[in-house]
Amino acid sequence: MMKTHDLAVDGLRELNQALHDADTLKDAREWRVVNSDGAHNIACGINDAISVDIDGHAGYYCAGMNQKASVTIHGNTGVGVAENMMSGCVRVKGDASQSAGATAHGGLLIIEGNASARCGISMKGVDIVVKGNIGAMSAFMGQAGRMVVCGDAGEGLGDSLYEARLYVKGTVASLGADCIAKDMRAEHLEELAELLASAGIDEDPASFTRYGSARQLYHFKVDNASAY
Amino acid sequence: MTDETQTQPYNPALRESATFGRDVIHEIQRAAETGIYDIRGWGAKRKVPHFDDLLFLGASMSRYPLEGYREKCETEVVLGTRHAKKPVVISTPVTIAGMSFGALSAQAKEALGRGASEIGTSTTTGDGGMTPEERGQSSRLVYQYLPSRYGMNPDDLRKADAIEVVLGQGAKPGGGGMLLGQKISERVAGMRTLPQGIDQRSACRHPDWTGPDDLAIKIAELREITDWQVPIYVKIGATRTYYDVKLAVKAGADVIVLDGMQGGTAATQDVFIEHVGIPTMAAIPQATQALQEMGLHREVQLIVSGGIRNGADVAKAIALGADAVAIGTAALIALGDNHPRYADEYQKLGSAAGFYDDFQDGKCPAGISTQDPELSQRLDPIAAGKRLANYLRVLTLEAQTLARACGKSHLHHLEPEDLVALNVEAAAMARVPLAGTNWVPGQGGY
Repeated sequence: MMKTHDLAVDGLRELNQALHDADTLKDAREWRVVNSDGAHNIACGINDAISVDIDGHAGYYCAGMNQKASVTIHGNTGVGVAENMMSGCVRVKGDASQSAGATAHGGLLIIEGNASARCGISMKGVDIVVKGNIGAMSAFMGQAGRMVVCGDAGEGLGDSLYEARLYVKGTVASLGADCIAKDMRAEHLEELAELLASAGIDEDPASFTRYGSARQLYHFKVDNASAY
Repeated sequence: MTDETQTQPYNPALRESATFGRDVIHEIQRAAETGIYDIRGWGAKRKVPHFDDLLFLGASMSRYPLEGYREKCETEVVLGTRHAKKPVVISTPVTIAGMSFGALSAQAKEALGRGASEIGTSTTTGDGGMTPEERGQSSRLVYQYLPSRYGMNPDDLRKADAIEVVLGQGAKPGGGGMLLGQKISERVAGMRTLPQGIDQRSACRHPDWTGPDDLAIKIAELREITDWQVPIYVKIGATRTYYDVKLAVKAGADVIVLDGMQGGTAATQDVFIEHVGIPTMAAIPQATQALQEMGLHREVQLIVSGGIRNGADVAKAIALGADAVAIGTAALIALGDNHPRYADEYQKLGSAAGFYDDFQDGKCPAGISTQDPELSQRLDPIAAGKRLANYLRVLTLEAQTLARACGKSHLHHLEPEDLVALNVEAAAMARVPLAGTNWVPGQGGY
């Protein structure tokens, strides 16, 4: 059953409580949120395999800490969309502000427009696919997971990267500390093809470059002081 | 740690430099040999104005004391009454500060939970996430929401009795952490989603917000995720305390955790520990003033940490405006850290019982600040938890004794009026009169 929640009438607290309430979700697995009006914290903390469509723009931390749910924002979204997501899928039809997918541990974040600075900051296992461009310092201290960028990347990509893998089709303004371009081997082409397919994006994996950690900063060395 | 001059005949020609003392000379020599700054654990070792510089004015004629051991002096504190549906109730105003699994062994974390639970107070997770042992043994567990977000997940958020958003630490305000690779066991690495054995940096700032306005939205998000059930604490390192407290309260904090410069750490630069932040005693009046001006003193509770050692420190912190205190270093000592029973092993590590601060090495003979399985096994969590519980009881009893002497039937009835300072510096920082005078420096004449 599809349930429509009018944020302008029924409020944010009521929406989130309903999306957390197992009894409510027994009968309503599909949700449509109208009059989002850029509100913060929409659909955060969902812990069930439901679907939520937000008709309009969302503010900060939309779908934060999502688990299992499929959330689609039919508009732009603010800072920290899908922050610390554990699983499930979050799709942004428009653009995303900074820190999209920050510290997310799992799941798939798709941004059909552009993402601002620090996309995937401290990512810990999430997959992020951006159809457009990403801003500066994206994937900063990225620990695990994969990021695909079909457009260009801003300055300082992958600064202080750990084990996250980055695929960029367009230009990279500059690489951050300890981030290097790496060979695209067969397993990477296959992995990238799967990520693009799961996001529903038609691109040639062979046109991407892979970036990862040089692993030179994994142990503190005083000779690297200028890199820290 | 022998003092050579102690074993030599008096020689007036041996005149130590006040500027280049032996500790300074040693540090210059060490830096020249290694080319790297000193990283260590524990808190500040330099002497700074402290609670010892304050005295209570026990009752005589103008005040009426309560009978020790007979008349009641209550100690219960309720934390998070502002917004949370389920505030945290603790039986004593002494809690356990956040310390990470990773910095500490699983046995030490379990012991902290056992000790705190035995007397009905809370303990706190740390950088690295929540372990099942810790949750299982802690009747009241505060879950830290840290910049690194290591191991952060909504399931654990919902298991917590309170959430503490960490913005700073008294030992290193503005700084992050560095857990060196030798302490990164398979389990620690797994919890932090990082490879085993590599140095793990904990960021100094949160990745998805950049200022107090963002913090307000972040706190609202945490409340939404947890359905407004549990209190949200905000922890700050003591620096620009007055402004930081006001901003944190405005952002929606239920509880402020204020960590002074004497607060401990697992590992950071010595120069940071000793030269950044302000003393705990100096920070409390600033925080209290901020809360009072907002009309929220005792409604937004204030937990103070950083060098709390005994019941007098507890009572003095409360008299200056705190609702509760948190202990870290002292709790580890109660568990068995730096105990003389391991004197020989401390010596082998180039240290001594009572001086050991190389927590970053992971070789703690007491099995506390280590991930070495053999060393960790030395700490019996049950026995260590008992020692901690005993210590917490003593802190509470001592604070009650002092409060009764001041005629107070609840620890929270203590107030600055009950205190005087032994020196001008303490009087100015604590904002209480210099002993024997009515003079509070900075607040007018006699």
